[in-house]
Amino acid sequence: MSIAAKFEIEYLQYLDQDGKETGKELPAFAKDLDHMVELYKLMVSTRVFDAKSIALQRTGKLGTYASCLGHEAAHVGIGSAMRREDSLAVSYREYGAQLYRGVKPREVYTYWGGDERGNDFADAPAHDFAWCVPIGTQCLHAAGSALAFKIRKEARVAVCTIGDGGSSKGDFYGAINVAGAQQLPMVAVIVNNQWAISVPRRIQSGSGTLAQKGIAAGLPCIQVDGNDIIAVRAAMEIALERARSGQGASVIEAVTYRLGDHTTADDARRYRGEQEVKDAWERDPIPRLRKWLEGKGKWDEAKEEAWKVECDDWMDNEVNAYLETKNQPATAMFDYLYAELPADLEAQRELVASLDRTS
Amino acid sequence: MAQITLIEAVTQALAYEMRNDESVVVLGEDVGVNGGVFRATQGLQEQFGEMRVIDTPLDEATIAGLTIGLAVQGMKPVAEAQFEGFIYPMMEHIACHAARMRNRTRGRMTVPAVWRAPWGGGIRAPEHHSEANEHLFTNIPGLRVVMPSSPARAYGLLLAAIRDPDPVIFFEPKRIYRQYKEEVPDDGEALPLDVCFVLRDGTDVTLVTWGAQVKECLEAADELAQKGISAEVIDVATLTPLDFDTIAESVTKTGRCVIVHEAPKTAGFGAEIAARLAEECLYSLLAPVQRVTGFDTHIPLFRLEMKYLPSVERIVEAAERTLAAS
Repeated sequence: MSIAAKFEIEYLQYLDQDGKETGKELPAFAKDLDHMVELYKLMVSTRVFDAKSIALQRTGKLGTYASCLGHEAAHVGIGSAMRREDSLAVSYREYGAQLYRGVKPREVYTYWGGDERGNDFADAPAHDFAWCVPIGTQCLHAAGSALAFKIRKEARVAVCTIGDGGSSKGDFYGAINVAGAQQLPMVAVIVNNQWAISVPRRIQSGSGTLAQKGIAAGLPCIQVDGNDIIAVRAAMEIALERARSGQGASVIEAVTYRLGDHTTADDARRYRGEQEVKDAWERDPIPRLRKWLEGKGKWDEAKEEAWKVECDDWMDNEVNAYLETKNQPATAMFDYLYAELPADLEAQRELVASLDRTS
Repeated sequence: MAQITLIEAVTQALAYEMRNDESVVVLGEDVGVNGGVFRATQGLQEQFGEMRVIDTPLDEATIAGLTIGLAVQGMKPVAEAQFEGFIYPMMEHIACHAARMRNRTRGRMTVPAVWRAPWGGGIRAPEHHSEANEHLFTNIPGLRVVMPSSPARAYGLLLAAIRDPDPVIFFEPKRIYRQYKEEVPDDGEALPLDVCFVLRDGTDVTLVTWGAQVKECLEAADELAQKGISAEVIDVATLTPLDFDTIAESVTKTGRCVIVHEAPKTAGFGAEIAARLAEECLYSLLAPVQRVTGFDTHIPLFRLEMKYLPSVERIVEAAERTLAAS
């Protein structure tokens, strides 16, 4: 038998679910324990932020919200590996990555609270994309960004994140396909949390791993334990360096679990069993990193309590800023539609302005 | 000065702006070595290289999404949809992202991009190569929908579209790509967007149209003149945002209006113009507004396509109907 092609997919894990090292030599960043503490603290604050968001929604102060519970290692791992000049194109729950890059909790609340100004990203890179609700389309925006960087010979990388369900979309395949054909400086990260609302991973694809979808695009691919931040970050660093040095794109599958509902409008008890979720909590990314840091003497209960108090204060401050945000005037719906308001829309804008004055 | 066709005017505008602004890139299927299936990008890859005249994989969604990524990161991409009938996979990116980007980021991110597409029937092309679907885009806020009807307007409007800071759908009426030549100086002078062009002054009836149908309307105006009827002809050129004032001024003067377009009648863009006339000019009208359009059918395969497209005869007849009514 002659073989036209064959492939294998590496699986990467440094910390097991109990926080024990698997024996693989740690990457350089993981030997900087102060930095690892910073990453841990952001994972914890992301979880505090997420709980606060859900509480806001449950009390009628936020619209529908997509939780990131359980994804903290994957998201912080992605965000922390990137440079500021790189571009991030997310779907809609990658807050850990975004907070690392300077998006403020109040901006997230503002967006899900029904106000476009949440997409302002005052302190985050202006070239980072806003949340992308149409599934998978952000992958092609990242590919286009990468093409712009390549044309201008800039040492920048475009990163996109997508879910297991999103990896079924033509836009995902289109993006990795053109990235392979054009050797684009791009990294596509599939954050496989096992569920696309109610549809499980097995129904999305017959592909043994989602990482191997990149094989058909000619890209290096790897599957990592998405609950092990060291594995996510290490894979990201390799892929980013590959892209930055002109060697093209990569696909990373970060295997994690959506511990919460799809959004606050969802009830996951309708379609998945309790035991599966209980088992997934055993793989929670936060306790394993905490155990590892405690074993290194870098973290303890007192620090944990102190940091949670700090996080609560931070989020309370952010929530207050959000709740104090006054509505935009109704005419704002016209004011960013075009660079200049076309003459034909002036009468409609004036009507809205007059209704706004009388209401 | 050379006389050039409409398609040559497109090439001339692309080349001018690529020389003028190095952020302008062209991308699409077959736009490179082959110069596009209609030769709109002929010679551009030779002049500007593979990094600025980019053959993409054969996936329209990929072209549309790349275009948005390029534009957001500071390039000025001009994407080609090979035919208007293949633009549908691009629509999610155009409607959900290109048209919304500025608004949803409060101006932080913008999409200064152009989507060019050969448009319309009448060239005996295969199925899905002859649609008139501009009305699917005119209902999307945040876009400009532009259609030239002569070599000079193709040159000037395409330059304006590329320079415009917002996304533009630029439909090129392929039936008149090579219909006639005219002098088009390569001077980089853009024409204004959001403006209707009055191509012929008249006093009795206003013919409002766009794209390839401009030719039929001008011929109809000639025929009407022989019958002693003076027709004004307006090329809408930018469908949205609409320059309704120019149309209103003309119809207020003539009291009669015939709207002519290739697309199906129901909910075609002519319906919008007729509605605006009813809202804003009813008391100036001397006769009911008439529409001469494609039918509410699919454009037939090419043996019957000319039976579908509005003819000079149908336009003249509609204009006479408005005069008979008053």
